[in-house]
Amino acid sequence: MSTISDAPMEPAGQVGYRPDTRPTWTGRLRRRAVATLPPEKLLPDSQPSYVASWIYVFGALTLGAFGVVLASGAVLAVKGPDWWHVSSAGLFVNSVHLWGTELFFFFMVIHLWGKFFMAAWRGRRRATWITGVLAFAISIATAFTGYLSQQNFDSEWIGTQAKDGINATGAGAFWNVLDFGQMLLWHVLLLPLVVAVMVGIHVLLVRRRGVVPPFPAKGADR
Amino acid sequence: MPTIMSAPAVTAVLVDLSRPGRYVHWGFIQISVANLVVIGLMLLVFILAIAIPFPHGGKK
Ligand code: HEM
Repeated sequence: MSTISDAPMEPAGQVGYRPDTRPTWTGRLRRRAVATLPPEKLLPDSQPSYVASWIYVFGALTLGAFGVVLASGAVLAVKGPDWWHVSSAGLFVNSVHLWGTELFFFFMVIHLWGKFFMAAWRGRRRATWITGVLAFAISIATAFTGYLSQQNFDSEWIGTQAKDGINATGAGAFWNVLDFGQMLLWHVLLLPLVVAVMVGIHVLLVRRRGVVPPFPAKGADR
Repeated sequence: MPTIMSAPAVTAVLVDLSRPGRYVHWGFIQISVANLVVIGLMLLVFILAIAIPFPHGGKK
């Protein structure tokens, strides 16, 4: 049995990185996490010179727009529909939420074009691409449920059209786009959570593998 | 006192939102002018992002 007094005193500054081998799940998890993503990879302070191009900025711009959408959505949730439909401050925050979303998709599409034309799935970066695709698809579902949450004629029209389409696929038996409460909860909780988790994995994968090198110039040695 | 136009008034001058949206029909393709403008802007920004040199580039 091990007691606390068994543990040798660790020298200051080395806490947590000592390669001890005690068979605890916390220790194993820490060793694995540090091995796959050492701090200098997780938070690098320099990038290869080929990263000095505007096209590499669009992933971070997408992240920024996502932050604005989450923050403005949180304010809307705190204050409620009586506020965002009526007061000028509420209408303003609602507009920030909409235009933040427009920019989020705008930046994401340019990001994905950039990554497509540089075939950024090369060099064991397949999972980065796939988490990107999933983030894109689930973001679209999040936006659709947002349109259903507008409480106006537009959302009624979109809801009934979507109900018809989804019934035609058979999936209408599993969820109901005309159920306002269900769609609002998907929009404010479930789907944003899934997008956030996807984005988190996506960015950690980028850190783990490093930025993909460009294609070699024509005629260059491979 | 200077007259300041409210944001909705400015948009109302630029786009008439009280009418049905405009659409482009091209064979089986049908797309709203608004969506077409957004796609055009994305293409433009994509080209600019590749063409415009990045500040402090070439160090290292
Ligand atoms: C929620 C949306 C997204 C966010 C917030 C996001 C964020 C990022 C960030 C910050 C980076 C690193 C910086 C950069 O190269 O731009 C990155 C890289 C990457 N993204 Fe995304 N991304 C998103 C969606 C997508 C989509 C839709 C795709 C493609 C289907 C994609 C594919 C990639 C790939 C392959 C890389 C790695 C590039 C490399 O290793 O060099 N991402 N992403």
